[in-house]
Amino acid sequence: MGLTCSSCKKKSIVDLYHVEKTSSNQVIVALAGNPNTGKSTIFNELTGLKQHTGNWPGKTVTNAKGFYARKDKEFILVDLPGTYSLFANSVEEEVARDFICFAKPDATIVVVDATCLERNLNLALQVMEITDNVILCVNLLDEAEKKHIQIDLKKLSNELGIPVVGTVARNRKGLEVLMDTVYNVCTKKIIPKPKPMIYPEAIETELQKILSMIEPLVPSGFNPRWIALRLLDGDTDILDKITHYADCKGACYHA
Amino acid sequence: MKAIYIPLNKVKTGQTCIVQDLKATGTQRRRMLDLGFIKDTEVKVMRRSPLGDPTAYLIRDTIIALRKEEASKILVKVNS
Repeated sequence: MGLTCSSCKKKSIVDLYHVEKTSSNQVIVALAGNPNTGKSTIFNELTGLKQHTGNWPGKTVTNAKGFYARKDKEFILVDLPGTYSLFANSVEEEVARDFICFAKPDATIVVVDATCLERNLNLALQVMEITDNVILCVNLLDEAEKKHIQIDLKKLSNELGIPVVGTVARNRKGLEVLMDTVYNVCTKKIIPKPKPMIYPEAIETELQKILSMIEPLVPSGFNPRWIALRLLDGDTDILDKITHYADCKGACYHA
Repeated sequence: MKAIYIPLNKVKTGQTCIVQDLKATGTQRRRMLDLGFIKDTEVKVMRRSPLGDPTAYLIRDTIIALRKEEASKILVKVNS
C-alpha cells in the first residue's frame, strides 16, 4: 500500500501537468516565448482556433490546448503563458517552467521577436538548459525588415545548436517549414544538440562537484546539469517539486 | 572625469539614460536581468502614474512598469 495522490491530499504535479495522449501517434508540443511575440497567432494559425486569448485562468494547462495533424501524427499544441524567464518570479513563469519540466513535451517551440532578439534569446537559452528538444521560431520577420534588421538564421542555428525557423505568422509565412521541423524533431529525424551554457570557472568548478554527487540520484527525464544549477541557485521550490513528482510517479497508477 | 550615476527613479520623464549597475540581489536582480536591464542598455522614462508610482519605462522596445523601490536599485547615467 503506497501513498496515493488522494491520500496524501496534495494536488499532484503529475496530475497538474498531465496531458492525456489518447493514441500512440500523438505528440505534445509546447509554445514558449516572451509576451507579444506572436505565440497565440501561431497557435491560432496552426490549430484553427480563434477563441484563444492566452490568459491562463489559474494554473491549468488544459485550457490552452489545440490540435493539428501533420502526416501520420496528431500534434497537441500547448500555448504557455508569455514570460521573460523561467525562474519562477511569477505564476506565469512557474507554469511555463513546470510544464516544460514535468509534462515532458516531445518538442518545445520558443517563439522570439526578430526585432528584439537579445532579450528573447535569454528565454531560449533557459529552455535549452532544461530540454534538448527545442526549436527556435524567429517570428515578426516583416517587422524586423521594416527596421532594417537582418537575421542570419543559419548562423543562429549553428551558434545555438538547435533548428531555427523564420516566420511571419500573421500571413502564415514559414509555418509549413515550422510544422515540418517540429515533425522531424518529434520523430527524431532531427536531433537538436543545444550548446551548453558555459559559466565562469568558479561556478563550473562547483557545478562539477555537485554533479558528481547528484547524478545517481536524479530521476530519469531530468537534466542533471540543470538541477545542479538550481541547487547552486538555492531554488528549493523546484527541487521539492521534482522530489514530489518522482515520489508520485512511483505511487500513482496514472503516472 | 568620473561619471555620476543616479538611481533610475530620479530620472525625469522624457529623459533617456544608460544602465550602469544593479544594486538589487536575489530574485529581484534576476528579474531585472531577465527584463533586459543589463549594463549599457538604454532606458527612456515614459510616464509616471498619477500617484508617482509605478513609472513606465521603455526598454528594448517594450514598456515596463517598475515601482520606485525597484527602480531605485538600478543605477544609470543620464544622456545629456
